Amino acid sequence: MAKPVLFVTRRLPPSIEAQAARDFSARLTPSDVPIADVLAGAAGADAILCCPGDAMDAALIAALPDSVKVIGTFSVGYDHVDLDAARSRGIRVCNTPDVLSVATAECAMLLILAAARRAGEGERMVRSGAWQGWAPTQLLGTQVSGRRLGIFGMGRIGRELARMARGFEMEVHYRDVARLPPELEHDAIFHDNDDSFLPMCEVLSLNAPGGAGTRHWLTGGRIAKLPRGAVVVNAARGSLVDDQALVAALREGHVAAAGLDVYNNEPHLDPAYLGLENVVLLPHLGSATRETRDAMGRIVLAGIAAVLAGQAPRNLVG
Amino acid sequence: MKPRLVLACLTTTNVVARARAEFDAIICSGPDDMTVPEATAAATAHRADGILFANTLPLTEAAIAGLPDSVRVLATSSVGYDHVDVAAARARGIMVTNTPGVLDECTADHAMMLLLAAARRGIEYDRIMRQGWRYRIGQGDLLGVRVTGKRVGILGMGRIGRAFARRARGFDMQVLYHGRSRLPPELEQGATYFADFHAMLPHCDFLSIHAPGGPATDRMVDARALSLLPEGAVLVNVARGSLVDEDALLAALRSGRLFAAGLDVFRDEPDFDLRFAALDNVVLSPHIGSATRETRDAMGFRALDNIAAVLANRPAIDPLWRD
Repeated sequence: MAKPVLFVTRRLPPSIEAQAARDFSARLTPSDVPIADVLAGAAGADAILCCPGDAMDAALIAALPDSVKVIGTFSVGYDHVDLDAARSRGIRVCNTPDVLSVATAECAMLLILAAARRAGEGERMVRSGAWQGWAPTQLLGTQVSGRRLGIFGMGRIGRELARMARGFEMEVHYRDVARLPPELEHDAIFHDNDDSFLPMCEVLSLNAPGGAGTRHWLTGGRIAKLPRGAVVVNAARGSLVDDQALVAALREGHVAAAGLDVYNNEPHLDPAYLGLENVVLLPHLGSATRETRDAMGRIVLAGIAAVLAGQAPRNLVG
Repeated sequence: MKPRLVLACLTTTNVVARARAEFDAIICSGPDDMTVPEATAAATAHRADGILFANTLPLTEAAIAGLPDSVRVLATSSVGYDHVDVAAARARGIMVTNTPGVLDECTADHAMMLLLAAARRGIEYDRIMRQGWRYRIGQGDLLGVRVTGKRVGILGMGRIGRAFARRARGFDMQVLYHGRSRLPPELEQGATYFADFHAMLPHCDFLSIHAPGGPATDRMVDARALSLLPEGAVLVNVARGSLVDEDALLAALRSGRLFAAGLDVFRDEPDFDLRFAALDNVVLSPHIGSATRETRDAMGFRALDNIAAVLANRPAIDPLWRD
């Protein structure tokens, strides 16, 4: 039997492209393609493997050839795929759940440490050759270990971060819609309201999903309730933050430092961040480890293969 | 009458305030820390009983010979003391103290920051952002290596090494270590001891250096040691630059044998080897492992406590030798 045809919209890690070529009749894309080419690439294909940034909207899905039975996305989020449009055409959608949690939590912990310890500033000074020597008062940062960490959104990533933070003897507080059961909560302290939560957050990590319910959650009003000198990190969604308010607090010093992996309007982030020394900025690479991207590739390819074999894999969405 | 002190380095306002309150102190006014001739002149003119300094003041045998007889205690606001000729001080009857204990957590935090930043390419990413990020990053591009669940070898399992091991366990890392002797189980906490440093290296996805400097450890991490690490390993050094053969490290970073390195210390400081600055796969920091307000206050206070103890004819809290 001929292998099913898989159209891949983007360049993927080599090991995943190799697996795709082995298990499918794969149409690989050596570089990133404009979204207009998707229809051409998908002609006669049984499956499409897309990425965040590929707008698989209703119009595009309506225009897909009848041969397409499944769309896999190389991401845990699927807000770029119109699930209703896919359902109406009988196209299944699968994603890469769970496998990003550890890498993203590592990214959040990196941002906490790098922001608190002024890593970007120190790096720029040393790399430029401007280092004049050691001094007891140079680049003094904020100690992370032993501090209070507030986690907004205690899902899988938040809980992984809490586990890492315990190695730093941090006291973990969390804010979420519901309290966790004890076996997931461990010794983290639940807050059912912002007013009790925010003053505890010497370090605040945003780990909640995006969407309308959390849009611009971190307002100037909430920032004002953080202790002075707090460190704020976001490895979740840029939409959680009111950028103007955060920039103002970073300039004024109420927030000592911030670490951001995600932004409103990526990649066109608020340029005000670029002028600040007390921020560490990453280009949305929370899941960017070889191991994680390989795991993402394996799980989404397995999901696509299962759908084409008439099965219902665990990573179906919608 | 208050004891007389020369505070030979710039320090935090809290430490300066305490030095002024409790001592008759000459305070370094900057812009740089005092040099040996400046500190010697200040101690002589002030008939100082004690000197508080940092690793910016190289107290060689000659420097110690030049100090006035009034000096009874030299307190370095650092845990390392390879900038002091301890034997020469001892021979002159001058006590030398350091500040162990108070900077362990802070330095271990910094080591884990460098490990994460090197493995996850944090600073390289920050440079991309500051250059404007106007291009798509493919799913296979610019990937880092995962930290969680990997094996980390610790060279030097003293207080800082053990504090670092606690953080590594929060990432489910398997901890291996080499030191002069095996730790008792309550300090080892399940870490695997290697009496032979080279025998440990093939098992280290990460290697973090926490051993003291000095001749005994000079260039311990040389080309041979680096060649024994698995392909794609990550090196972190927050201890002393003297432990590393920097030519060998540069070669391993350039060839890609090492995935990345995070360095807080260098053989020559601040005139470190600028060839490192040309590499994207290093994270550089200017010897700031203990640079938090909380810790620098604690270090300065501890040095003042040591000086006060010696001058009050009590035992030093952190003597570098015991009679």
